[in-house]
Parts: sequence; structure tokens; C-alpha cells
Amino acid sequence: MNLALDLISDALLVIGALFTLVGGIGLLRLPDVFTRLHGAGITDTLGAGAILLGLALAAGWSLLLGKLLLLLAILALLNPSASHALARAARHGIRRPWLDDPKI
Amino acid sequence: MFTLTGIALLVTMVLALIRAIKGPTVYDRILASNALGTKTVLMIAVLGFIVGEPDLYIDIALMYALIGFIGTVAVLKVSEFGDLGQAQSPRDGDKS
Amino acid sequence: MLRYALILFFVLCGAWLLLSGQWTVLLLSLGIASVLLVVLCAKRLGILDAEGLPLRLLPGLARYAPWLAGQIIHASVDVARRIVDPRLPISPSIIHVDAGQRSAVGRVSYANSITLTPGTISLDVADNQIEVHALTDDAAEELTRGEMARRVCSMEDE
Repeated sequence: MNLALDLISDALLVIGALFTLVGGIGLLRLPDVFTRLHGAGITDTLGAGAILLGLALAAGWSLLLGKLLLLLAILALLNPSASHALARAARHGIRRPWLDDPKI
Repeated sequence: MFTLTGIALLVTMVLALIRAIKGPTVYDRILASNALGTKTVLMIAVLGFIVGEPDLYIDIALMYALIGFIGTVAVLKVSEFGDLGQAQSPRDGDKS
Repeated sequence: MLRYALILFFVLCGAWLLLSGQWTVLLLSLGIASVLLVVLCAKRLGILDAEGLPLRLLPGLARYAPWLAGQIIHASVDVARRIVDPRLPISPSIIHVDAGQRSAVGRVSYANSITLTPGTISLDVADNQIEVHALTDDAAEELTRGEMARRVCSMEDE
């Protein structure tokens, strides 16, 4: 039982680390600020979620578990708000996003 | 496994730093610093498990997550209005 | 009003206990004092109402959150695959979707869900329409199909 929990926790940590890395690569590779927001979005949601869930499984039943889940909830609430604030500001500041279909 | 995750987070932080330095627009830099902040929160949480004192570090991570958000919004507001005191932009006036 | 004050009081007490984890008399009385102060501030600010504490949405949220998590995983894998692809097969576009939710909380939930799902970001909300930046055509198409809007509406209706 304990071994299984450890394995799931490790797997979640590795998945989270991988998605975080991919998000970082996306931050560098993608062409403009709006597409980069999508890249950062992966890290914020799946990367952070998987890492924190992995840590929560490693923590076991304690106050720490509650705090980790609280941290997850806070990140899930605040990150989209920050992303939207950034996207909205960039929309009004740059006005010309890099689009595939330039007629819009 | 915690160490591996920590290393991946550090590499991602370096990637975000490169984006923050390269820019080109101010929004890229704010985005990079925001992403860096999220990674720092995760890094602090993972670091707590690495050094074996997760109870101590998770509180710092919680505080960092809350303060980082306020910081991002504050920097965005300054970059858009050049002023922290203004409550609303003129174009918001008709909506609310 | 009193109901919301009581609920806020108990939620804040729970938050205090979770974050402090100390059971000494001094810290517990300090906690009660802080919680009462916050409830008083909330009352004076006038945010003790259905919008400040959207309790109505909670039962629906319990069913909506797992579906959203599934969508997020699905979309994350798709976006991640495109980022590591050497050809970088993205096709960014800006689309408009209707936000037919009745309350402001419903619209905020919808816009936040859009942003939370990788591949789509809500840029602006105006006249019950949300301006969305989509990374790929697939993500844009998925959103215009309206599955997410329907689920947020049904969460609101409960």
C-alpha cells in the first residue's frame, strides 16, 4: 500500500516536472506574448497540479496535506486571473497579436 | 525524486529568466516574471521535502503565492496606467 | 445577511486552524479576534451577499471540477505535444464566444475556465461576449461547440 502510494507520488512528480519543462520551452519557442501565455498556462495548471498532488501523496494524512491542497486551490484561482489580466493588458497595449489568419 | 523535480523546476526558472531578459515587449517580461514566481512557489514546496522540513516551507510557499499575484497585478497596472492610485481606466467606465 | 456572516465566520475559523495548527489558548483567542475583525470588515464593505459568497454554485462545482480537470489534462497534453514538435504546428486566432450565463459569477467562472484550459485564453468580456485567443484551430473549434458554456450554465441553474 505504502509502496503503491510512493510510486504514484513519484509518477505524478515526474509528470509535473516534464510538463513544467515543456511550459518553459514553450515560453522560449512560441512567437508572441499571447501564444507564450498558453505555454505558461501548461506549467500553471498541469505542471503545478501534478507536482502538488505528488507532494500531497508523499505528505500523507496531516495538516501538511491540507496546506498543499490549499496552495493548489490558490494557484488554480490566481493563475488564470493573472493570465487574463496580462492578456487583457497586452491586448490593449500591443493590439496586433501574431495570428495565423491575418484578416481579423 | 524530489531532487529530480527540483532540478527540472530550476531549469524551467532559467528558461523563464532568459525570456525575461530577451523581452521583447514589457508584457513578455511580466509574463516571464509571473511564471518565475509560480515556479518559485513550487520550488519552495519541493525544497521543503528535500531538506525534510515540509511543514516549515509550505507556509512560505503559501505566502509567496499570494504576494506574487499581487505583485504581478501591481506591475501590470503600473505598466498600463503609469499610476497605482487610479481606480479605473476610462474605457472601463461604461461597463461597470 | 446573518447567515452569510455565520458561514464566513466558520470558513475563516477553518482557514485559521488549517494554517496555524496550534491549539494553545493564546493563539486560538487571537484567531477568534482576527476572524471577528474580518467579518466586521466584510459587513462594513457590504460584501456579505450572494455574490461575495457564491454558495449556490458549490454543489454544481463538485460535478463541474472533475470534468474541467479532465479537459485541462486533455488540452495540456495537446499543447505540450505542439510545443515540442519541431515544426511548431500552431495556428493562433481570436474568436468570440457567447457568455449566456445569468450572473456575473457565472460569467467569471466561464471566463476563468477558458483561461484555465491551456490553448485558450479569455482576453476581454463585453456585452455578454468573451473575446478568446486560441492557440490552435482545434481548441477554438472545441470552445465554439459550447460544451463548457452548457456545463457552466447547468452549474449555475442548480
